[in-house]
Amino acid sequence: MDVLEKLTILTDAAKYDAACTSSGGTRGSKKGYIGNTSSSVAGCCHSFSADGRCVTLLKVLMTNCCVYDCKYCVNRRSNDTRRATFTPEELADLTINFYRRNYIEGLFLSSGVLRNPDYTTERMIRALRILRETYRFNGYIHAKAIPGTSPELVEQLGLLADRLSVNIELPSEAGLRTLAPDKSKQAILAPMRQIQTRNQQNKEELVKYRHAPKFAPAGQSTQLIVGATPDSDLHILRLTQGLYDKYRLKRVFYSAYVPVVEHALLPAKDVKPPLLREHRLYQADWLLRFYGFRAEELLDNHHPDFDPRVDPKCSWALNHLDFFPVEVNTADYEALLRVPGIGITSARRILTARRTGRLHLEDLRRMGVVMKRAQYFLTASGKMPNGLRFTPDSLLRGLIAAEQPLLPQQEMVQLSLFDSAGA
Amino acid sequence: MTEMIYYYDGSFEGFLCCIFDSYANKEILTAICRDEDAMPTLFAARNIVTDQNHANRVFRKIVKYSPYAAELLRKGFLTCLPEKELHLYRLVVKLLKEGPGFLRNFSDEALYPVITAVRHLNGEAHLLKGFIRFSELGGVLGSEIEPKNRVLPILRSHFCARYREETFFIYDRTHKEALFYAAGKAVIRPLEFFQMAPPDETEANYRILWKRFYDTIAIKERYNPKCRRTNMPKRYWGTMTEFQDESYFKPQSSPAAVPTPGVPDGISAPGIPPTPGPSAPGSAP
Repeated sequence: MDVLEKLTILTDAAKYDAACTSSGGTRGSKKGYIGNTSSSVAGCCHSFSADGRCVTLLKVLMTNCCVYDCKYCVNRRSNDTRRATFTPEELADLTINFYRRNYIEGLFLSSGVLRNPDYTTERMIRALRILRETYRFNGYIHAKAIPGTSPELVEQLGLLADRLSVNIELPSEAGLRTLAPDKSKQAILAPMRQIQTRNQQNKEELVKYRHAPKFAPAGQSTQLIVGATPDSDLHILRLTQGLYDKYRLKRVFYSAYVPVVEHALLPAKDVKPPLLREHRLYQADWLLRFYGFRAEELLDNHHPDFDPRVDPKCSWALNHLDFFPVEVNTADYEALLRVPGIGITSARRILTARRTGRLHLEDLRRMGVVMKRAQYFLTASGKMPNGLRFTPDSLLRGLIAAEQPLLPQQEMVQLSLFDSAGA
Repeated sequence: MTEMIYYYDGSFEGFLCCIFDSYANKEILTAICRDEDAMPTLFAARNIVTDQNHANRVFRKIVKYSPYAAELLRKGFLTCLPEKELHLYRLVVKLLKEGPGFLRNFSDEALYPVITAVRHLNGEAHLLKGFIRFSELGGVLGSEIEPKNRVLPILRSHFCARYREETFFIYDRTHKEALFYAAGKAVIRPLEFFQMAPPDETEANYRILWKRFYDTIAIKERYNPKCRRTNMPKRYWGTMTEFQDESYFKPQSSPAAVPTPGVPDGISAPGIPPTPGPSAPGSAP
């Protein structure tokens, strides 16, 4: 099997992994080495695939052979699919040559479990060693820590990679028991805890010794599958919040479940992936990380799922109308961030601009405030836009109308005169 | 104070001298044009001779008022903002008259057009950091871009740091200039015409591998061309490997023995949109 064929099989097997970021690492270039990771705060996208997701890293599996039999996964043992395995040399050569041509920002290396987790991780380490030591590659590497790997190997992996991740995949233990019988919650959380403590320890080392080797400097992330199990948005968001608080994760990724297999416990194969739900979860994730929201504020037991019609921040605002309107000339940063239509950037601009003089409505649009949403919730120098009249009901309608063009449109269907109304 | 049109040589220093002379002659500028765009007009006009000393004095003065304004000026001059010289001139006049306070107000009338243009420049440079595609020919990495703004000075530090042990060049088709880097030194020079040579066997091989990767990585059930266009506007596609037609993947020596880059299972990337201007590398006969 040649490299082209292997690449096709192993890319196809890796594509369901959502994580593809190169942010968080700031390593300048080094003499005698190729590459750096300091392109910008937001990372660097090298292309966008036909599904609109960014292509930053060479995202492949080391192998798609797997001893596990997780029901939701394309690479499970019982699936009849073509299998391939990269040699560490092939993988390193591919990465360095793609990197030199500026196709990619680095390598995202994951793997099916070949023989056992330790053996698999050793192979991954070998590929990364060649890349780092023989090719003197100084760019970004994201590596998967496979649940059940011994701590010594995770340690080695962390010293080679910028970011490590352990995928939780199924957001509840019940889901894990039924769909991934070979994995346990314990086996997944153990390496996550190890990476977190080691990362903390490494920060202290770096204070004492400037040249201490860095352990996963870009932190760790994880992925949750949405829609494979009946878990509610509230459950997923609480879990996310716990991961950010207790495990200090950099990112939690959500992956709308794409049915790849017919199974009694999973959604049928013709079910469309819940893309809008995934989108709302990402919006809520941003609210947790940057806007100072808590999961309990956004959802509760009476409303365990997000409203598909408006975004989570608008939903929150509609339920807390007593908090508004916010006066942009006096409100503090935290209050500004609660206004739908004002983001981090525009809130900061408002803060600096109002030091020079009073702000008026026409200034806000230029500062990047999305007025079609924000107009209902703020005043500038005591004024709301002229002619704006609304009640709580029409407010919801207005916000839905503002959101409508951004959502995927329903397909047009020709009406038929002869269909009975009930059919 | 009389109103006046100034002509200058098109360089940044020349532009700074326009500002210097407008103060020296007590004239208000209504237009600042490059020599080559000069047209006979009824208005009073003046040709400005570039003087390095004058330029330095103006720039130092602006830095003293606000280093941020100096950066806006330097970057603003690289943008494709129509009448950028006049906008920048007005910014400087306001700065010298009122002090740097107004620079905090994003929506200020003199600042807003400049700052949006600079943001456009920065945005384009950021995208191109990812979208530039190099080809290796005889150990040298080469690439072509077609940006709206003059991004090469912005891209210089990024690529020189990333490929510090390599030799590479980036050719800007729009502004007809190129960034050359070798042995730790980088220069930007005007270059009238450039045509990329066809790939050798190794190069063609990696192009095919990349195209295959690109076509395979997309999830069919999530197909979303609008999202792709939003994140990666079509005007960048012309110089990107994954959107080239088949001839781009054929090596010079043996055109027959090549597997087709597309895959039956994946979503094959559409061809390049018809672009005016020079043809894509490799696609020329």
